[in-house]
Amino acid sequence: MSTAFDHPTYNYRVVRAFTIMTVVWGVVGMAIGVLIASQLVWPDLLANIPYLHFGRLRPLHTNAVIFGFGGSALFATSYYVVQRTTQARLFSDVLSGFTFWGWQAIIVAAAITLPLGYTQTKEYAELEWPIDILITLVWVAYAINFFGTIAKRKMKHIYVANWFYGAFIITVAVLHIGNSAVVPVGAWKSYSVYSGAADAMVQWWYGHNAVGFFLTAGFLGMMYYFVPKQADRPVFSYRLSIVHFWALISLYIWAGPHHLHYTALPNWTQSLGMVMSLILLAPSWGGMINGVMTLSGAWHKLRHDPILRFLVVSLSFYGMSTFEGPMMSIKTVNALSHYTDWTVGHVHAGALGWVAMVSIGAVYHLLPVMYGQKAGAMYSTRLINVHFWLATIGTVLYIASMWVNGIMQGLMWRAFNDDGSLTYTFVESVDASYPGWFVRVLGGSIFLLGMLLMSYNAYMTVRSAKGQEAQAFDADTQTA
Amino acid sequence: MNELSSFWSGWIIVISLGSIIGSFVLLSIVRKGQRFNSETTQTVGHEFDGIEEYDNPLPRWWYWMFVLTVIFALGYLALYPGLGNFKGFLGWTQESAYEREVAKAEAEFGPMFAQFSQTPIEELAQNDQAMRIGQRLFANNCAQCHGSAATGGFGFPNLTDNDWLYGGDAAAISQTILKGRVAAMPAWGPTLGEEGVDQVAQYVLSMSGREHNAQAAAQGQQLYNTNCIACHGAEGKGNHLFGAPNLTDNIWLYGGSEQQIKQTLRNGRAGKMPAWEAILGEDKSHVVAGYVYSLSNQ
Repeated sequence: MSTAFDHPTYNYRVVRAFTIMTVVWGVVGMAIGVLIASQLVWPDLLANIPYLHFGRLRPLHTNAVIFGFGGSALFATSYYVVQRTTQARLFSDVLSGFTFWGWQAIIVAAAITLPLGYTQTKEYAELEWPIDILITLVWVAYAINFFGTIAKRKMKHIYVANWFYGAFIITVAVLHIGNSAVVPVGAWKSYSVYSGAADAMVQWWYGHNAVGFFLTAGFLGMMYYFVPKQADRPVFSYRLSIVHFWALISLYIWAGPHHLHYTALPNWTQSLGMVMSLILLAPSWGGMINGVMTLSGAWHKLRHDPILRFLVVSLSFYGMSTFEGPMMSIKTVNALSHYTDWTVGHVHAGALGWVAMVSIGAVYHLLPVMYGQKAGAMYSTRLINVHFWLATIGTVLYIASMWVNGIMQGLMWRAFNDDGSLTYTFVESVDASYPGWFVRVLGGSIFLLGMLLMSYNAYMTVRSAKGQEAQAFDADTQTA
Repeated sequence: MNELSSFWSGWIIVISLGSIIGSFVLLSIVRKGQRFNSETTQTVGHEFDGIEEYDNPLPRWWYWMFVLTVIFALGYLALYPGLGNFKGFLGWTQESAYEREVAKAEAEFGPMFAQFSQTPIEELAQNDQAMRIGQRLFANNCAQCHGSAATGGFGFPNLTDNDWLYGGDAAAISQTILKGRVAAMPAWGPTLGEEGVDQVAQYVLSMSGREHNAQAAAQGQQLYNTNCIACHGAEGKGNHLFGAPNLTDNIWLYGGSEQQIKQTLRNGRAGKMPAWEAILGEDKSHVVAGYVYSLSNQ
């Protein structure tokens, strides 16, 4: 990568690399998502190629979007934000480079091993133990690099965005090491050290906090920088951020058992998981309020600024899915929603609506800065606007179709005849789900189309910036 | 359910209540310390990369929402099991809730099924109401393997063709459903060798009048008479006692291509029908037996 755009103080090189990879993994991960959604509508699609079977591609989709796309976005923005808000260069350029190449190697390893069928069979933690070790190494390097930078800060206080990034980094380390504790029995095979209900509980302690810390706390850190920055307004309330930060991180860690309602998990564990999830509503909404209210007095900016629109709509989806989550964790609601497409819709309200949209907004703000331009000065603002509408429509189609499917499936599974037998067979509920699954393919494709526009816009931004740089360079040499 | 030791029970109570009450205390302290009661443009005085923070009060509705969820949580934990070994004042558990629902369903529908169980299977197969129920029970319990139309699939017998592995009279069907069946076609590869497998396969093909190599089949017949005859019989008509299939009717459980027949001979097959007595109970199994009987005996 060229050094022409290097910042005198900050390490922008690693931020630039992660920003580009955010777009790349976003396109790859979401394309696989559209493919597997299509396989549910047309089950024969690629069904004879074992490597491209739904069962192997589905974890590849989740790993590519969560860790490839989301992870790169978190690395890029946390490295950017921590430098800008501490006025200090990243702790170590070597560790920065190591986290970039290490993290990319992990995603590439996932893309190779998952289709080959190597898996720990733990959701969102499928990668086998050698890759898990690499993740641990990269993560420790990340933590040293991040907290080392905080330690070098030029001011007394630590900005709220960094609290969230910090909590995300520490907790993900604990979760990853705790859940991935295995006994290896071969180069690509291992067994969990936990068994039975305890194994399931550890898995969902990890799984829900992958959502809570990776996909929520980390992205709240992103929100706390890019929303006030793009809106050019002060954050709404400092004290609100204190309460919602501490309450969020101390309560989220309890919420895992709501994934295991009405199972072999002990009653007390289920109840605690449910009530903690409910109390989580207010702390979660604290972030939404702080983000949205930051715009008070600046609402008119939404009319002309599609980047700000991405950020604000992401907060709306965040608010919606953090309301939906506690509701779904109530046992009586869960009895209907569990195992249905409603869960899938809920996840994507968060994943597309919140995580992807806030990242997209952040990348549009950040990418031009990486190439010596003004923040948000992408090649085409019109294309950002088109992307915004594609992303919004795609997300709405996705989650609406899954709500309809999920509630329908839940109702069909519990319908009884007056002789006490079940009204519908399972396969009838599958058959009835096809229209919803088709709409999901449509929504996902529209979202993906937006990502393709983004790649084009990003490519053109980089190209024209490089062109200008070359011209400036020529001018320099001629006058010299 | 296993009790937790009193240490772990106490630990759970302390850290769970600690998290809830701790959050509430933090909320109260921060609210008490508010310097402004309505929206303000006063910042707290820090600035990070140009970003400042207002010192706005906690929104009132948000504060009360937080308080309400805490109250709900404490109430719930008083009524339901959650705090370690404390059972909750309602004494509710998911196990007892399940048992109550099953008992209720049993009380409501049990007499009807008990009545059906008094009717012989052959007669029950003519009872429209019973057959509607039987079809639904079949669809939700048996269709996973045998198919919605009961026509079976690879490794799962077709139940509509009146061809039976273990016999198709009422008693045999009932026995199959209640107690299950375990079939074992041994792997003959090691004994027969690849050539022997081919020869027997040619003979098996000849039994159902299909294209085959006559010379190999003749040799295969000798091998058949030594090794296969005990279960499949001299004529290849099979034996219900062992669940040995009839090899002459061109109905195949594991595919009838030459390749599949060889696979069966070489590596054997292990078919398993689960026992439904413990899952459906005798009375419902009886209705399902009536339904299966009706499929081949209209």
